[in-house]
Amino acid sequence: MKLAIVDYGAGNLPSVERALRALGAETERAIEPAAIARAKAIVLPGVGHFAAFVAGLRERNLTAALIAAQAAGVPLLGICLGLQVMFASSAEAPGEAGLGFFPEQVFALPATVKSPHIGWNQLRSIRESKLLRGIPEGAYFYFAHSFAAPASSAATVAACDHGLAFAAVVERGHLMAVQFHPEKSGEVGARVLRNFLESLP
Amino acid sequence: MTLARRIIPCLDVDGGRVVKGVEFEGLRDMGDPAALAARYNREGADELAVLDISASSQGRGTFLGTIRAVAEQLNIPLTAGGGIRTMEEGRAVLLAGADKVTVNTAAVERPELISELSRQFGAQAVVLSLDARRKGASWEAYVRGGRQPTGRDAAAWAAEAVSRGAGEILLTSIDRDGTRSGFDCELTAAIAATVPVPVIASGGASTFEDFFAVFTRGQADAALAASIFHQETHSIAALKEFLAARGIPVRLSR
Repeated sequence: MKLAIVDYGAGNLPSVERALRALGAETERAIEPAAIARAKAIVLPGVGHFAAFVAGLRERNLTAALIAAQAAGVPLLGICLGLQVMFASSAEAPGEAGLGFFPEQVFALPATVKSPHIGWNQLRSIRESKLLRGIPEGAYFYFAHSFAAPASSAATVAACDHGLAFAAVVERGHLMAVQFHPEKSGEVGARVLRNFLESLP
Repeated sequence: MTLARRIIPCLDVDGGRVVKGVEFEGLRDMGDPAALAARYNREGADELAVLDISASSQGRGTFLGTIRAVAEQLNIPLTAGGGIRTMEEGRAVLLAGADKVTVNTAAVERPELISELSRQFGAQAVVLSLDARRKGASWEAYVRGGRQPTGRDAAAWAAEAVSRGAGEILLTSIDRDGTRSGFDCELTAAIAATVPVPVIASGGASTFEDFFAVFTRGQADAALAASIFHQETHSIAALKEFLAARGIPVRLSR
């Protein structure tokens, strides 16, 4: 099955692509709505600013295609900013709407800790997770972000703490996302990507 | 659950080869960047830095190719830079496969470069490389490979760079660089207390105790070293075991 990697004009796309291909996945870069409409599974990577991401999707007419794909039940994996954009909105870009797959708002990490949260951190499991299957408790993942989705989201399956608890992994049916960078998280990161691939119908 | 302190091997690259300056007199070939990158990726490095120190324009021309070859070998983050002067050069480094780009001299000369890169790629992708030398009770920022004083206070410049959008500081002590007399913990602690972003300490690493000191007294979030790892004086795994036994949170591989 071919994976569509959403290309909104910036971001960590090449390393995500390389990591997925190393696991044997076939990938194509989706830069137009038709590529998303025909995709059997979608990966949504992103780094940078929330506003630039949603503007990039809008300018390429990808927003509606992604919303239609999610409504049709197409499996989707969000990575880093890709996770945040799946939420309703972000404090990073007040007034800009996210994709709204999850109803909460993304918040800024508190000023009591160093921000960006850059480096390797551990997860706290909240409930059973498809993406984290087979990964030992205490494993470290690489994070690089200043904003985060609330751990209290009903979709949160694993949290991380940096000043506040935030959602590190969210899952709801065919929708999955991680705040960390699996493509930069060594062997355990590759396992997360493999778990996503193996979850596909 | 704690954010781990990072160990970052650094490849100083000239014309496609990893080099090490010997007492500022000559450069010694230390090997192929991609081969070293693969080794560090395997041995549990938390991140890799690749810095272009080419003196010649021919050397500079090969740097993007080196970044691509190195990135191919990694499933950990890659920081790259050295001589980045413009937004376009920064973009090229990131598109070649780096996750973060470092800026130094050009950012001192035109601080807007930091804002531009940060707006486009996010603060997490922009690292201020700050070379500092002690001057009385504080430290002065230097540019051009640590040769030219700027007249600017290092802490003040670090704070300005962060306010302009730098997401991390790569802090090199010129006094300690190449001396193997330990990190400058005083400098590192002073900058770490000034800025709200992570600080990577560099310059002077020799023993495991030096790393312990810079993570405790120095308050560093990460520590960078080059030759002690290249020469296999120390393995990264052994260093991390040592730090873990002393209560420093580190990521032990697998």
